[in-house]
Amino acid sequence: MNLTPAARQTLLRAGGFIVGLVVLLVVLNAWTHGDFLRPFNVSNVLKQIAVYAVLAVGQTFVIITAGIDLSVGSLIALTGVLMAGVMVGEPIAAVGLLVAIGVGVGAGGVAGAVNGLPVVRFNLPPFITTLAMMLMARGLAFMYSGGRPIEIDNAAFNAIGGGTLFPGLGHLIGLPGIPAPVLVMLAVVIAGHFVLTRTRFGRYVYAIGGNEEAARLSGINVAGVKMGVYIISGALAGLASLLLAGRLSTGIPQSGSGYELQSIAAVVVGGTSLMGGRGSIVGTFVGALLIGVLNNLMNLLNVQSYAQEVVLGAVILIAVLLDELRKRYFASR
Amino acid sequence: MDAAPYLAMRGISKTYPGVHALDGVSFDVRAGEVHALVGENGAGKSTLMKILAGATPPDAGTIEIRGQAVNIRTPRDAERLGVAIIYQEFNLVPGLDVAANIVLGREPNRAGVIDARALDEQVLSVLKRLGLDLPLRAEIRTLAVAQQQQTEIAKALSVNARLIVMDEPSAALTPDEVDKLFVVIRKLRSDGVGIVYISHRIDEIFTIADRITVLRDGKLVETGAASSYKADDVIRLMVGRPLSAHFPTLPAPTQTTPRFAVRELRVPRRDFGVTFEVRPGEIFGLAGLVGSGRTSLLRAVCGADVPAGGTVELDGVTLRIRGPSDAISAGLAFVTEDRKAQGLVLGMSVRENVTLPHLARFVRLLMVDRREETTAVQKLSDELRIRTPSLEQLARNLSGGNQQKVVLAKWLLETAKVICFDEPTRGIDVGAKAEIYELIARLAAGGVAIVMASSELPEVLGMSTRIGVMRGGRIVKVFDRAEATQENVIRYATGTVAA
Repeated sequence: MNLTPAARQTLLRAGGFIVGLVVLLVVLNAWTHGDFLRPFNVSNVLKQIAVYAVLAVGQTFVIITAGIDLSVGSLIALTGVLMAGVMVGEPIAAVGLLVAIGVGVGAGGVAGAVNGLPVVRFNLPPFITTLAMMLMARGLAFMYSGGRPIEIDNAAFNAIGGGTLFPGLGHLIGLPGIPAPVLVMLAVVIAGHFVLTRTRFGRYVYAIGGNEEAARLSGINVAGVKMGVYIISGALAGLASLLLAGRLSTGIPQSGSGYELQSIAAVVVGGTSLMGGRGSIVGTFVGALLIGVLNNLMNLLNVQSYAQEVVLGAVILIAVLLDELRKRYFASR
Repeated sequence: MDAAPYLAMRGISKTYPGVHALDGVSFDVRAGEVHALVGENGAGKSTLMKILAGATPPDAGTIEIRGQAVNIRTPRDAERLGVAIIYQEFNLVPGLDVAANIVLGREPNRAGVIDARALDEQVLSVLKRLGLDLPLRAEIRTLAVAQQQQTEIAKALSVNARLIVMDEPSAALTPDEVDKLFVVIRKLRSDGVGIVYISHRIDEIFTIADRITVLRDGKLVETGAASSYKADDVIRLMVGRPLSAHFPTLPAPTQTTPRFAVRELRVPRRDFGVTFEVRPGEIFGLAGLVGSGRTSLLRAVCGADVPAGGTVELDGVTLRIRGPSDAISAGLAFVTEDRKAQGLVLGMSVRENVTLPHLARFVRLLMVDRREETTAVQKLSDELRIRTPSLEQLARNLSGGNQQKVVLAKWLLETAKVICFDEPTRGIDVGAKAEIYELIARLAAGGVAIVMASSELPEVLGMSTRIGVMRGGRIVKVFDRAEATQENVIRYATGTVAA
């Protein structure tokens, strides 16, 4: 084959990854007596990671610019109770659904803008602005709901979080259908990947994370792009909240706690650098998948739930360490 | 005075890839003398001092302290041998106070608990020896540059330094502060401390130095008593070579109306304006010492910093520039001095770096058309002879000269009307330099107005149709190419003649 050395190396790496993955899946499947790869289980894993993966896509944008968004977990709670609240007493289901989505995603986006503004205007560290938002959004969620869950009786809304689509396709593999949140997740991942790799905005996100001063001197509107990533992250938190609230048929002010760290874990396990300038949505998706699979396996293998957290923490550390060693290995050649 | 040298460096050589930084240089310093080390940029002063500091090892040569051969491999070794270096960038912790900085790493303590009284006593005794009065409890960040420098000197003395190297110590000081610095230096000298004084300011050297050593192109020119030279002698020894022949023929500007006019432009934090004009096809060179304000001026002209006042006109039209993007859309390009910090995104490919300022041009239906990008960048890459295995190679992996060509390519993708170059050939090899000179001459011949700032005098003289000499943020003198010589440019740059 006529390939450049770089292309051959990429091919070799990708090939090695796929072979390794297949072997791993077969071994895990045998270990769980065939439970692991059953369609029901696979669909279950994807359903479980949908909320995290949607958050992690937004988080990837922010982290590539060398920022961080700690507010997304609390924003799930705030946008969740807001959506549930606006649907209460709305007689026309379709209107309630549209208003709720608009309010949820919109409020998330506005919160993102509030996160971003002090970063671009006064050069505050994003760690601080989003930490403040994390506290404020959580408090606002409790204030708005009076601390109580708000029930959602809008069937269409709940179907987005808990329903299935394409029953025909589902029956082929013995399922009632493809879970709707999985489809939403895949749409977000594909759209995120497209924006990051194919558009001008995506290119600027990498440029700013790689060298902000060079980006500025190249005429890039650094403030605008940074505002954009925080708004995307906030809006996606609103969307993730829709999936979660729909599944539970409730807006819960306590929900989403710790999700910001789960999403950051998915991003770093997926090979995105916290220093900025490097990373991908595909990597983030693989990271979310890995964490989801691990949780699922431990359940199938009846690992005690306290021990599960220990294992999860250790795996995140090892995954990032291996990625670092791999990079050094390839850099030295 | 003890005539035996405290420090003797003999036959020191150092080669970097492609550059003979030092070639058999010998240099000694006696206890209780101020020894000035002078030379143009790239003459080898910093390399020699880096070797003395243990920051880089020599390829050949020996170092003796008090007649004993020593091996200085780390900065710790240098400190142990009584050698302290005060760089232009101070090594102080901005958030700690003066006293804490002076004793940093050597705090008097009992079982790890700092003994505050002993600490203050120790600091006060050092300050007394220097005749300095510094606020012990003031954080470094709140102090003026001159006081920070005094803290550095006190710190050096508190580790018992017997030899202190000062690298351009007066660069950021006012004339009054320089006088105070000299008082401290004389005090150190009478205490038997040896001082290496590195400076571009010839007048200062004659005020303070006992001996002078001149380096040029990595070689020792000569060492002698300061009283045996005049300022002009030293300048001649520093320059000492004919202009290199590798500069291309420059186009003669034909039009007389300026393409680009900068009027009373005020650089941030300066309370005066700067004015100059450049005609199409003209290369206006900016010469001056380190800190003379060349870079700040270019940054304000090109919108990298927002000017505090004044106007910039292009073809008779006043531009409104509030940032780099305004400058770019008006047709102004700025090739920055530090390609790694300001010019390139090192983790991006050659293709992505080159198209960064003009990415909008390649967008079709929201998407960046990579094929079109590749076609355009390939054409430029061939023209500039960028040596890279592919356009997808990361900028990080290219050599300095090729990185610089990638930065140039960024600004050649669209036809600019004015291009400002800041140190266009710093740190690149001779072959790449010649190619960049030819490119600049070709751009000028095509009618572009060029402003080129450089600290390499031969470069400014060889590549400019007119030369503005800067000092203290002002253009103090403009020479036509024919009247400019290294000697008279240096005279204006150092202030040895009244402007």
